[in-house]
Amino acid sequence: MGTQAAEQPASATTHPASVPAHTGLLIIGASQSGVQLAVSLRALGFDEHITLLGDEDHRPYQRPALSKEFLQGTVESESLIFRSNDYWAEHNVELVKGEYIVRIDKDADGSGVAHASSGREFPFKRLALTVGARARKLDIDGGDLDGVLYLRNADDALALKARVGDATDVVVIGGGFIGLEAASSLQKMGKNVTVLEFGPRLVGRAVGEETAEYFLQAHRSRGLDIRLNTSAARFTSNADGGASVAAVELQDGTVLPAQIVLIGIGVIPNTQLAEQLGLAVDNGVVVDRFALASDGSTVAVGDVANMPNPVPGSEPGERIRLESVNNAIEHAKVAAYSLTGRHEEYAGIPWFWSNQADLKLQIAGLCNGFDATVLRRDEERGKFSVLYYRQGRIIAADCVNAPLDFMAVKNALAKGRNIPADAAADPATQLKTITTDS
Amino acid sequence: MPTVHFTDAEGAVRDVEGNVGDSVMETAVRNGVPGIVAECGGSLSCATCHVFVREDCVSQLPPMEDMEDEMLYGTAVDREDNSRLSCQLRLADGTELFVTTPETQV
Ligand SMILES: Cc1cc2nc3c(=O)[nH]c(=O)nc-3n(C[C@H](O)[C@H](O)[C@H](O)COP(=O)(O)OP(=O)(O)OC[C@H]3O[C@@H](n4cnc5c(N)ncnc54)[C@H](O)[C@@H]3O)c2cc1C
Ligand code: FES
Repeated sequence: MGTQAAEQPASATTHPASVPAHTGLLIIGASQSGVQLAVSLRALGFDEHITLLGDEDHRPYQRPALSKEFLQGTVESESLIFRSNDYWAEHNVELVKGEYIVRIDKDADGSGVAHASSGREFPFKRLALTVGARARKLDIDGGDLDGVLYLRNADDALALKARVGDATDVVVIGGGFIGLEAASSLQKMGKNVTVLEFGPRLVGRAVGEETAEYFLQAHRSRGLDIRLNTSAARFTSNADGGASVAAVELQDGTVLPAQIVLIGIGVIPNTQLAEQLGLAVDNGVVVDRFALASDGSTVAVGDVANMPNPVPGSEPGERIRLESVNNAIEHAKVAAYSLTGRHEEYAGIPWFWSNQADLKLQIAGLCNGFDATVLRRDEERGKFSVLYYRQGRIIAADCVNAPLDFMAVKNALAKGRNIPADAAADPATQLKTITTDS
Repeated sequence: MPTVHFTDAEGAVRDVEGNVGDSVMETAVRNGVPGIVAECGGSLSCATCHVFVREDCVSQLPPMEDMEDEMLYGTAVDREDNSRLSCQLRLADGTELFVTTPETQV
């Protein structure tokens, strides 16, 4: 592919006359990944023009609080903003809000023009796709009633907040991180919350069985009504046929009152533009270790990217798509290196957090492929950790209200050190003190 | 206006004006002070907002909660007696704070 493009005569790449040839980098998607990419590029001395473009009408903001502090009203929206307007101006980054890109024309040399739904055109010399993911829709009867909501962006959160005051009963569909975070927040705000989970346990495969069970018990003991192996059949309005949701009818005929239905059943990567560009796509935009897409010039970063597993020592060829702040940041740094001609492979230990009621979960590493676990439980102090092992080596940990364990495992993994399983079982032992060099 | 004076590990100083109620971390990040990473955006989950507070400013600060204390044991540069996580430090009217950022946060 690469050689073919290089052999093409220079005259084969023609720009429409109206488009300047050198117009810098266009970053499509102005969120965690796009912001970090722009910031890292400037830190590396990248001096070409940067356009950071997104379809949302807000200044780029942090999403994690949308299901937590922002929903509960304990932080101001201003606190979620990544960088001040002055910062962007000083760093010569042109921020474009409210423009949705529908089509991109790109030449073999990587340059081209992006077309927005408004008709505006954004020429570029180089392209970055940081378009993230969108909420997966639940397509059942009543799905279009008012009050059937999702939670992916600030407008979703504002719509939810606007309805919360008048609601008594909320049904959350999906027992994943976002569903459980929002359910905990809404419960704290005095709502009567029921969580429906289609699968046999909470949080799917992101955590092991023990952690899923711990969360189930912990939430139930805090009064959250969680129903596993349960799915909604339809959403209904009042008998008078109003426009707002009033109830959720389950597969077994049970009817739960609900003035709000919040659906959190996962996300779908926004690969539309990549597909239109003819880039390789497979559960995300397929990128190499340098965040480069299959054309060798476009970078794709964050939630939208399907990349080689960055964990050192993982199976060659193993691919993964991660949805986390940590990944968006670290992956963007790798892309910034690529765009400045420095090749740094993406290697690192992913980490993640989720706050649900008074349960602070921190996850270090990826647990997939584990063959043994060690449980550390301190009932009195409300601490709980699961350490995951593969062939005697620690690969990950889920830690609830146990930051010392989290930090010890995160640091050990980052340095390629081990925490022997037999010594780790006593919760009174500090993991940091038993970490070994190999 | 509250002011935070950030000194980096090499000794370069940046004076940043903040807003009452904002944290030291937010004040740094929004203005692009490089020594603060703050991956978790202030939710006390990442310990990449570590600062050393000048001794004579320590007494102005709110006491440390257990969670912050435990997180500080995992910072990239080892904690000292004057270590704090800057997302837990809120600016009040008239606050004038001198902090040093560690050589690395990750
Ligand atoms: C409610 C919630 C809570 C979360 N909590 C946590 C947490 O506690 N910890 C954690 O680690 N992670 C959390 N996450 C995940 C984290 O926020 C994401 O992993 C992160 O935002 C990914 O960043 P991104 O920039 O890759 O994608 P996104 O944040 O999805 O951003 C992509 C942007 O591109 C825009 N866009 C898409 N297509 C186009 C187009 N064609 N034209 C113009 N613009 C376009 C989108 O509107 C969006 O603004 C949470 C996410 C949500 C929604
Ligand atoms: S910003 Fe993450 S702990 Fe302070």
